[in-house]
Amino acid sequence: MYKYDHFDQSIVDARVAEFRDQVNRRIAGEITEDQFKPLRLMNGLYLQLHAYMLRVAIPYGTLDSRQMRMLAHIARKYDRDYGHFTTRQNIQYNWIKLEECADLLEELATVEMHAIQTSGNCIRNISSDQYAGAAADEVADPRPWAELLRQWSTFHPEFSYLPRKFKIAVIASPEDRAAMRLHDIGLELVRQNGELGARVFVGGGMGRTPMIAPEINPFVKADDLLSYIEACLRVYNRYGRRDNIYKARIKILVHEIGADEYRRQVAEEFAHVKTLGIDPPLAELERISAFFAPPAFDAADVEPDRSDPDFAVWLDQNVKPHKQAGYAIVNISLKPIGGIPGDATSAQIDVMADLAEQYGFDELRVTHAQNIVLPHVAKRDLHAVWQALREAELADANLDLISDIIACPGLDYCSLANARSIPVAQKIATRFADMDRQRDLGELKLKISGCINACGHHHAGHIGILGVDRKGVENYQLTFGGSGAEDVSIGKIIGPGFDEDGVVDAVEKATEVYKTLREGDERFIDTYRRVGLEPFKEAIYG
Amino acid sequence: MKLLTGNELRSGAVTWWTGSGWSLHVEDAVDVGEHGEAVLHAEEGARRVNAPYIIDAVATPQGPRPAHIKDRVRALGPTVRPDLTLKPADPAAGDWII
Ligand code: HEM
Ligand code: SF4
Repeated sequence: MYKYDHFDQSIVDARVAEFRDQVNRRIAGEITEDQFKPLRLMNGLYLQLHAYMLRVAIPYGTLDSRQMRMLAHIARKYDRDYGHFTTRQNIQYNWIKLEECADLLEELATVEMHAIQTSGNCIRNISSDQYAGAAADEVADPRPWAELLRQWSTFHPEFSYLPRKFKIAVIASPEDRAAMRLHDIGLELVRQNGELGARVFVGGGMGRTPMIAPEINPFVKADDLLSYIEACLRVYNRYGRRDNIYKARIKILVHEIGADEYRRQVAEEFAHVKTLGIDPPLAELERISAFFAPPAFDAADVEPDRSDPDFAVWLDQNVKPHKQAGYAIVNISLKPIGGIPGDATSAQIDVMADLAEQYGFDELRVTHAQNIVLPHVAKRDLHAVWQALREAELADANLDLISDIIACPGLDYCSLANARSIPVAQKIATRFADMDRQRDLGELKLKISGCINACGHHHAGHIGILGVDRKGVENYQLTFGGSGAEDVSIGKIIGPGFDEDGVVDAVEKATEVYKTLREGDERFIDTYRRVGLEPFKEAIYG
Repeated sequence: MKLLTGNELRSGAVTWWTGSGWSLHVEDAVDVGEHGEAVLHAEEGARRVNAPYIIDAVATPQGPRPAHIKDRVRALGPTVRPDLTLKPADPAAGDWII
């Protein structure tokens, strides 16, 4: 794990002090809400439906147990005993008091965390593969690059007032576990003749105009990467549509001028940027990489005893192969049947921290699917980990199944929402509660957003659900065929919307069609892609 | 009827104008009629409320019911966490929202 140096710590501490002063001035009436709002948003503090909401950045979704315990402590002391892990690998607290926020941030800073750049038109938290450093298929560890980008983007003076928010994801495997091509910039680290570099994709995103990022450069050498990204941002900063908030994302610019023209402009800008010497010297890269050196793996390669059938199901569903023999990747589902996707209580957060400390080299990850990962667990410890998780009601064996639903907070918490998302997720998970039934359906990614902003990634759901407002009544549109993985695609609306129960029924009918038509080991999305929408439409609207 | 609502500045809690002050309970809200804007500016200026706005509501025997579902969710709390709403003891309280 990266450790703050003196500079990191002092800028975060200084920011807390500055924000404390701003809060005091707001409470004393020296500044108005209009003046204060941009200041609080720069520190991750929103005003939501019921209270202030604080979004805390978890850099590339990576935490140690000390940080995880601090998240629990904050939930307990400043919130109502729980937190919500988000699709951007962050955590949100829903009930923060303005007058306590600076104290909270001060405590957070003691574990090298903050809420800076979790809102506003700046470069947001860098996201990455939750299996980084553990996946067998990675060509390099993406975390040093994510960390380098974090440092480069933190308080970057030129990119603090972009036309719109900016999200970057870095992966290093052919398998995309981070929805990389649905980001403003997506990087896939690759090797060409042994040399490390990156494929650079620019202009992806969700929201009201979903787009898959086109490849702007098939190989940028690692030595040039920061300069190249700087050039990508500069072209956007200059030409992005500041006149229209709906057209202000980089995806619109790339789409309007075309990938070729954008690529040409970036190349031109890059030629200039490269002369400025912003790419870090090798020594700095090595310094950062050293923080991510593999832990001291030493466990013998023993297969766990599968005689307990519940444990065996969990092994099959939630435990993934590790690149190191004797180890495994453990996925902790935050999707209990009927629960709130992504929510965890303080006690559960503490349990996960304890398990990471005891069995996982002190590491945890947050996934974009709103789950938690222990990336390095010795196989001999899997049973003990599972038992502890079960005790904390964290052992649901539903990873990537229909009940592993991504859902945004929706109208239960979000002031921009048109409809509630969470109750729909709860009803669908409950309808498919039977584990055999879920497992028979196999991988099925269901994603729900409460409005067109698409925070719940519905465009990328094999089945997507979008909440809309139909004359003041909640209504739900269904989309099929989206994917946020390496087979990236954007779902299509299948027809008129439904009420809450109607959409649950429609999802069930779709799974019936799939079961009838599937061939071999096709997943839902494969069958849908092969047979098209008609048979599904027929069954649903018939 | 028209209601005036906003959030408490320090805590962020949802509040409703009662005619003489602010309450956490929509049942206490009064019809502000034509005076909403004036009260809004005075109260916001004095920092007794943050981000205030005026909404439509319907008078019912149980008290005012905001016309838009969003304000009903604000008035009660998250429907998925009855324990965190203003009526934690009443599991059916959420029905009022729908
Ligand atoms: C509750 C407060 C939230 C507000 C006010 C909010 C607001 C927004 C808005 C306005 C957009 C559209 C941006 C655009 O298209 O330019 C957006 C996109 C997004 N938000 Fe949120 N959001 C909230 C919570 C969340 C949560 C809880 C998550 C994760 C579960 C999330 C993840 C995302 C993602 C992944 C996108 C899509 C990014 C893209 O368009 O490329 N947001 N959000
Ligand atoms: S998708 Fe809409 S409703 Fe859901 S969190 Fe984002 S802004 Fe709120």
